[in-house]
Amino acid sequence: MSINRRKFLKIAGLTGLGLSLSARDFILMSPAEASGGHSLPSSGERLGMAIDVRKLTDADYARIADACHTVHNVPTLIPEKNNVKNEVKWIWTDTYNHTFPEQINDYHPEALRNKTFPLLCNHCDKPPCVRVCPTKATFRAKNGMIVQDPHRCIGCRFCMAGCPYGSRSFNWVDPRPYIPKRNPDFPTRTIGVVEKCTFCPERLARGQQPACVEVSNGAMIFGNLADSHSEIRNILSTHFTLRRKPTLGTMPSVFYIIGGEDYAG
Amino acid sequence: MLDKALHGGKTYWTLIIVLASIAGAGTLAYLYQFNNGLGVTGMSRDVSWGFYISQFTFLVGVAASAVMLVIPYYLHDYKKFGKIVILGEFLAVASVTMCMLFIFVDMGQPMRILNVILHPTPNSILFWDATVLNGYLFLNIVIGWTTLHAEKKQAPPPSWVKPLIYLSIPWAVSIHTVTAFLYAGIPGRHFWLTAIMAARFLASAFAGGPALLIILALILRKYTKFDPGREPIQAVGKIVTYAMCANVFFILLEVFTAFYSNIPGHMHSFEYLFVGIEGHGKLVPLMWISVIFAVISLIMLIPPKIRNKESNLIKACVLVFISLWIDKGFGLVIGGFVPNHFGTVTEYWPTLIETVITLGVWAIGFLTLTILYKVAISVREELGTVKSEY
Ligand code: SF4
Ligand code: SF4
Ligand code: SF4
Repeated sequence: MSINRRKFLKIAGLTGLGLSLSARDFILMSPAEASGGHSLPSSGERLGMAIDVRKLTDADYARIADACHTVHNVPTLIPEKNNVKNEVKWIWTDTYNHTFPEQINDYHPEALRNKTFPLLCNHCDKPPCVRVCPTKATFRAKNGMIVQDPHRCIGCRFCMAGCPYGSRSFNWVDPRPYIPKRNPDFPTRTIGVVEKCTFCPERLARGQQPACVEVSNGAMIFGNLADSHSEIRNILSTHFTLRRKPTLGTMPSVFYIIGGEDYAG
Repeated sequence: MLDKALHGGKTYWTLIIVLASIAGAGTLAYLYQFNNGLGVTGMSRDVSWGFYISQFTFLVGVAASAVMLVIPYYLHDYKKFGKIVILGEFLAVASVTMCMLFIFVDMGQPMRILNVILHPTPNSILFWDATVLNGYLFLNIVIGWTTLHAEKKQAPPPSWVKPLIYLSIPWAVSIHTVTAFLYAGIPGRHFWLTAIMAARFLASAFAGGPALLIILALILRKYTKFDPGREPIQAVGKIVTYAMCANVFFILLEVFTAFYSNIPGHMHSFEYLFVGIEGHGKLVPLMWISVIFAVISLIMLIPPKIRNKESNLIKACVLVFISLWIDKGFGLVIGGFVPNHFGTVTEYWPTLIETVITLGVWAIGFLTLTILYKVAISVREELGTVKSEY
């Protein structure tokens, strides 16, 4: 994994994860290289996100999804417009039972069961999507981001079969007519390729937070899991958090603070 | 030898024209899909593989089955297969051709297909699948063509084909094993995540492929001067019987594990396929047809008395083929996607365009097969060896 991060981010930001990226050196199954692995990363950079769902309402979720989808030119192929089949989404919400299907419990507080949770790519430490991609169009950057090169993707959708979180969307139709307001600073995708949440490398390169985090009023915390003094590590070490489907060994980097006693009343 | 394909009777040309027209319709439908995207199919965000990939999976099995003739003939010197080995090899060529076409029509960006070679990715099973399939196609074209050519010259095949023939045996196993690995190594799709997947694939392949071979051989006997002989057909029938028993046994193992363990993820796909979930059950009738056909076929195949009558054997083979086609060419792939990762159900059903493209690919495969069989039979007609002495 020889891509220098800053250089990578610059290229990613400027050419839109373009052709100039070479992922040839990514030997994805090498445990030595896959930083993190099954232990805590102790050095370098390992990006992750904590989401405090206690602080988030449906209005927040709408704003958050909108921020991400607008800035990334995600087409509004949405169920409300009868487009369930061709749906493209990077961040969305679902119920507790659908988010944590391994942790269903009929005796959970009603407030918890009725709550909605934001879903996005987990930027897994051991990502099956990367393992199955036959062209390295999906690959893992050194900082743990799972990146997608839409110019290399052949649209085989193996990664969609491989991702156990339903994080990936395929462009079944030409997305461009469905982009309400085009953001000229971010590339659009073509028909026939897969896309998903990117963890916003183009914004990080400009020193900004991911778009969703920025509008979350502090409920979403983004940072470096490898730095034991980072805010996210502080949050994780002081709160009980859940990850989606931990038994699959994918090691998600997105953590959910669901609260506990708060719901009891 | 290929010139033999240009001289044929009325039946031959009618068949060619019919197949070519279906292939043409498929090509037009594909152009429509090419311009409008895979949104014209029934696939969705939740069921992201459909008919194309299922047909591919099924046909890999048909291709691999040639080995069931090659092993007895070349390894055990079972001379009675002498007339039909070539049918198996050419069926493999036609099937692998279809497999590749099905992968191609399934791609979102087909013009980038070379990326698989330009950016070889050994950790992806798809990379290996492309490799072994191409190798298998090459092996069968070379072996089939060379041995037929030698036969025409009434000379023994050149000595360099022998190693290729031996190589083709493990290679046939590899194509289906690797194809099973496409599914069996994915975390979170319980229906596929099973160690027996490759074994199941091989069992169903060695039942379905030879069953199709029997059907084809008997069709050839009816419409051409070719006669595979009675004994060889019965011998292939025995192979179908054993393989079908193994296949049904393996499926029952899956059912036991899923339902005795009572692990929801393992049961859900079976429930969806055989009883439906929350009123969603588009595949239920099909899956039961598959089960019923499998049972009837076994009743007809297992007692030698019934099987020995050719008219029964062919009926049983048709049942086996349909049953396995539904099971693998439909249920296996779709069942893995339903319910989705959130426990909800999005159903899949192929659209008209998708169906026409699928039929088109099958037509191209059968066109290839017709031409190859025509050449093989014409060569033997000239030699007067078109009839088996068994
Ligand atoms: S959530 Fe899915 S798409 Fe994202 S890294 Fe994990 S496996 Fe890949
Ligand atoms: S669809 Fe694209 S990103 Fe996904 S596995 Fe295929 S080539 Fe890789
Ligand atoms: S991290 Fe960026 S890409 Fe991912 S959901 Fe948030 S805004 Fe969207």
